[in-house]
Amino acid sequence: MNLKELYQEIILDHGKNPRNLRKTDNFNKDAKGYNPLCGDKVHVYLKLNENKKVEDISFEGSGCAISMASASIMTDLVRGKEEIEVKEIVSDFLDMIKEKNELSNKILKDDEKTKLMCLSGVKKYPMRVKCATLSWHTLTSALENSQITINTEN
Amino acid sequence: MNVSDTKKEFPIFDNKVHNNDLIYLDSANSSQKPRVVIDRIYDFYTKEFSNVGRSVHYLAIAATNLYENTRVSVQKYINALDKNEIVFTKGATEAINLVANTFGQKYLEEGDEVLLTELEHHSNYVPWHFLRKSKNIKIEFAEINNDGDITLDSIEKKITNKTKIICVTHLSNVTGAILPIKDIAKLAHSKGIPILIDGCQGAPHLKLDMQDLDCDFYAISGHKMYGPTGIGILYAKKKWLDELPPYQGGGGMIKEVNKNVISYGDLPNKYEAGTMATAQVIAFNESIKFLEKIGIDNIEKHEKELLNYATEILGNNNSINIVGNPKNKGGVISFTIEGVHPHDIATILDEDGVAIRAGHHCCQILHQKLGLPATARVSFGVYNTKEDIDQLDKSIEKCKNIFNLK
Repeated sequence: MNLKELYQEIILDHGKNPRNLRKTDNFNKDAKGYNPLCGDKVHVYLKLNENKKVEDISFEGSGCAISMASASIMTDLVRGKEEIEVKEIVSDFLDMIKEKNELSNKILKDDEKTKLMCLSGVKKYPMRVKCATLSWHTLTSALENSQITINTEN
Repeated sequence: MNVSDTKKEFPIFDNKVHNNDLIYLDSANSSQKPRVVIDRIYDFYTKEFSNVGRSVHYLAIAATNLYENTRVSVQKYINALDKNEIVFTKGATEAINLVANTFGQKYLEEGDEVLLTELEHHSNYVPWHFLRKSKNIKIEFAEINNDGDITLDSIEKKITNKTKIICVTHLSNVTGAILPIKDIAKLAHSKGIPILIDGCQGAPHLKLDMQDLDCDFYAISGHKMYGPTGIGILYAKKKWLDELPPYQGGGGMIKEVNKNVISYGDLPNKYEAGTMATAQVIAFNESIKFLEKIGIDNIEKHEKELLNYATEILGNNNSINIVGNPKNKGGVISFTIEGVHPHDIATILDEDGVAIRAGHHCCQILHQKLGLPATARVSFGVYNTKEDIDQLDKSIEKCKNIFNLK
């Protein structure tokens, strides 16, 4: 266990000053996520343009440093990407958090991948993995317009 | 009491957590188990096991006697009038569900009110919510004051001529408030209303006297009283257990069964359908003996000292906000640190072997009222020492360092 690996400067920074913590004007997709065990809540808003590109993405919510940082970094990285690319990034991230050692997508630049890999410290803290993945699952739900509140316990 | 001797009776403390000594500050969640309780389960299964109350062979008779001995021990421990006022359940949750279900079935009609408090654990809210759905009853909440306390006045304000039962916690698992339950019972009875006490946090830490308290129902959790999981107790005045319908149907709770008519067994069998948590009930007798050996007065004194010490230390820390300041407080402190989420606090403390709880502690109504999504909580047991609090203090400093707080 290494707390420094978990609480890297970039996580602390994004946790304390989350980027995109607001509500997108004229969003056309959104979804809510909830972790009933700890009470973490997130609401992801998306604005996809006619070319299915993410024109804007934002989130509202409250939670621990890990969940806020994860949502903050996620929203930073997927802005400007096409829907199909977003889905690939999400699934790559979830694979990495669950089992893989690195990210394999060709969409993100190296420095973006490095930023995202800062979240990999949670792998050693199984109870905290849900904190890191909540906003990502919620983003998937928003893209699918499933109108289902993502619940980490279901 | 000699804490270091007491602590030696708990084998869990022989283990290391992340190479550190275990500092267990989560007893309000569940307490650790003394060796006598663990050994009793092992001995029962290796030497004495049988189902109880059915067969006539040697083992069955011996096991039945052991099982019933616990009932008598509990009766004496809580000073109930009759041993048949002690019903074994799988936990305090089931005890409250039993009352909500049977009392609701028999006495509650559409528009009737059940009065709870904002301090209640989900286990003393959700069972009543089922009746709100099925019978269209109303649930009222007595409000906490600014200290996170419930006063007699706050209860009285919410009583109407529709109030059919009052259900309150003995000791809040979040603010630590000890409610004036004897006065609340007196008030309820002066209006002809029965009262249920959720004693999950009260029973392990406070002196209990059912006859003096005069409550109608008192729910107890075994695993918070240094006992095994899977056992709880419903204390209920005999007249209620006679009047209310059975809760679950099955073997052991019947008198006679034929194709058209079934008659139910006498107390205590009426409420104990199926094979109960036999080994746990028998081992729970050891928990009672363990508590009696230390003495509840000594436990109260010890935990008060820890509470005062911890309140002083945490109170002197400028970054810490202690939740609630009730007049009468048990060994529970919930707190927040400005700038660090409770889950991050719990993860960082855990690295030092310090086990605390973070979250809403199954009290979302209260956390909504307090405007806090989550809190960190420390709670004490017989094995905790002032050194545990000192380590807590050090680990909190580490937490602040990681988060670059002054």
